Amino acid sequence: MKIALGPLLYYWSRQQTLEFYAQVAESPADIVYLGETVCSRRHELRAEDWLDVAAMLKAAGKEAVLSSQSLIESESDLKALRRVIAQDEFRVEANDMSAVNLLTKAGRRDWIAGPTLNIFNPQTLSMMAEAGATRWMAPPEMSGAVLAELLASGAPAIETEVLAWGRLPLAHSARCFTARHYNLQKDTCEFKCLGMKDGLVLRTREGEPFLTLNGVQTQSARVHNLLGDLPTLRDTAQVLRVSPQGDDTVRVLELFRDAITGTLSPQDAFAQSKALMVEAPCNGFWHGRPGVEQYVSA
Amino acid sequence: MTSNTKIELVCPAGSLPALKTAIDHGADCVYLGFKDATNARNFTGLNFDAKAMTEGVRYAHDRKRKVLVALNTYPQAGNWSGWTAAVDRAADLGIDAIIVADPGLMAYAQKKHPQLRLHLSVQGSATTYEAINFYAERFGIQRAVLPRVLSLPQVQHVIANTKVEIEVFGFGGLCVMVEGRCALSAYATGESPNCNGACSPGKHVRWEQTPQGMETRLNGILIDRFDDGERAGYPTLCKGRFDVNGETYYAIEEPTSLNTLELLPDLARAGVRAIKIEGRQRSPAYVAQVTRVWREAIDRVMRDADSFAVQPAWIAELDKVSEGRSHTLGAYYRPWK
Repeated sequence: MKIALGPLLYYWSRQQTLEFYAQVAESPADIVYLGETVCSRRHELRAEDWLDVAAMLKAAGKEAVLSSQSLIESESDLKALRRVIAQDEFRVEANDMSAVNLLTKAGRRDWIAGPTLNIFNPQTLSMMAEAGATRWMAPPEMSGAVLAELLASGAPAIETEVLAWGRLPLAHSARCFTARHYNLQKDTCEFKCLGMKDGLVLRTREGEPFLTLNGVQTQSARVHNLLGDLPTLRDTAQVLRVSPQGDDTVRVLELFRDAITGTLSPQDAFAQSKALMVEAPCNGFWHGRPGVEQYVSA
Repeated sequence: MTSNTKIELVCPAGSLPALKTAIDHGADCVYLGFKDATNARNFTGLNFDAKAMTEGVRYAHDRKRKVLVALNTYPQAGNWSGWTAAVDRAADLGIDAIIVADPGLMAYAQKKHPQLRLHLSVQGSATTYEAINFYAERFGIQRAVLPRVLSLPQVQHVIANTKVEIEVFGFGGLCVMVEGRCALSAYATGESPNCNGACSPGKHVRWEQTPQGMETRLNGILIDRFDDGERAGYPTLCKGRFDVNGETYYAIEEPTSLNTLELLPDLARAGVRAIKIEGRQRSPAYVAQVTRVWREAIDRVMRDADSFAVQPAWIAELDKVSEGRSHTLGAYYRPWK
């Protein structure tokens, strides 16, 4: 079972970002997804910088993958996408059907079908595999039971990845909710999200943390945490994804390694992870329940 | 300039009376769904069984109008046959096109019913010509419905780079998130547009009069609270008031409807082939009012786009049935973003 670090979804300063990946190079992550997937206006790291980070991680023995932007609106977004696909040193994670199209046309046979492609059945997964995908990530809202059923129903033999840690990526919009909070428009947003290491928490009027605003992306406030669900994950996933957070990401990766190797029991790993979460845990999606719930089987 | 291209008016039909009303008031096409999770408006008391659909198709075809069937949720291994059966049933009923989001289901339809017209649903989240052309090359889709995320110039750019007909939303409830990519409802209630055809479903809604005011909850989560003088709206998750940094406001979007009447000449010039009215969950009275206004507006634009002007009476009519009694251009207007 491999551990993957998902793309950094928040907007950190150049220095913070580079320092973060220097630590990741020393971490137990086997795979590291890189690049800006949320907002095309974010530019602390340019395309060349991401390639440098990828090369550094590759030299450290990691599989570096370039992730494509999830919501593509303009021709300049497409231009950036074409540049990612034009390089052939690193594999690409396709997060939009535009990327699938361009990867297929480029004859790539090594790409990863990302979580926003909405692969819900073996028929669609087979189509992706025929088009050249060799790994796919299940949509975070998919339960373990539905995933197991998909894999048992004639699915192609490609690697399956599951989101196992991090705030859930719930939605993308054309609108920037961080800019909206400051009464700004996206085009003149003043990069208010820069340096918000874990995004901006949205609470109900009763003060309950509910969602996280991260520019054009909306995440859960709670931390999706499947450390305690490792036994059922083993049956379905070959790769577990950890989504980066403001602090302690490397500690989280280490907990996953210890839980996978058996150094720690899933229960102990989960117990230790409580100190590393920015909010309460949840795992409802994996159990076919509302994602916000923390479901503990009896 | 392609301003002479005919624009089809595509109207919602949540029931047989709504279908007949839409046709009688000038819809070129009606779109509808079966009474199950195969479509994105899977609400109690809504939609068509085979008998009602047969009658609806006859009613529309007798009047030379089209019927489009939405099969735009994502089937899973355990329920796959329910979706393919729905494709077969729609094809057997002689409908004019199916509106589909799932690539696996498109492949099935293409193979089993090669003559059946395929429309890419807005739930397919295709926002670029590269994405749309992929579906066209793979599955032969003939029309794509654009998510409500593109500005007007971006819509024009998509149309200029694809042979696929482009349909856009003209009026009705506004999804703020990219359609097909929103799991907010799943997070709060366990039911999602993608898998269950439902957003913020009624069975999870609770209205409660409290000393602080009328509270609306979704699966226990407080979505909004209204003072005595305020009109309490349905707790659609993205249209509630929340607290961010100590400030309480509509953090995602206000309760409002999309209305693009004023963009109609530009949409016509861009070569938009169809305008969709949202609202299969709304009453036949809504369908009548909205269809009548849009029929008149589209006819005027088709006659002469340059002298088109939005009539104040149209806006007054439409605002009466709008969510929150207000309207917005949404993402078509860049500053909205």
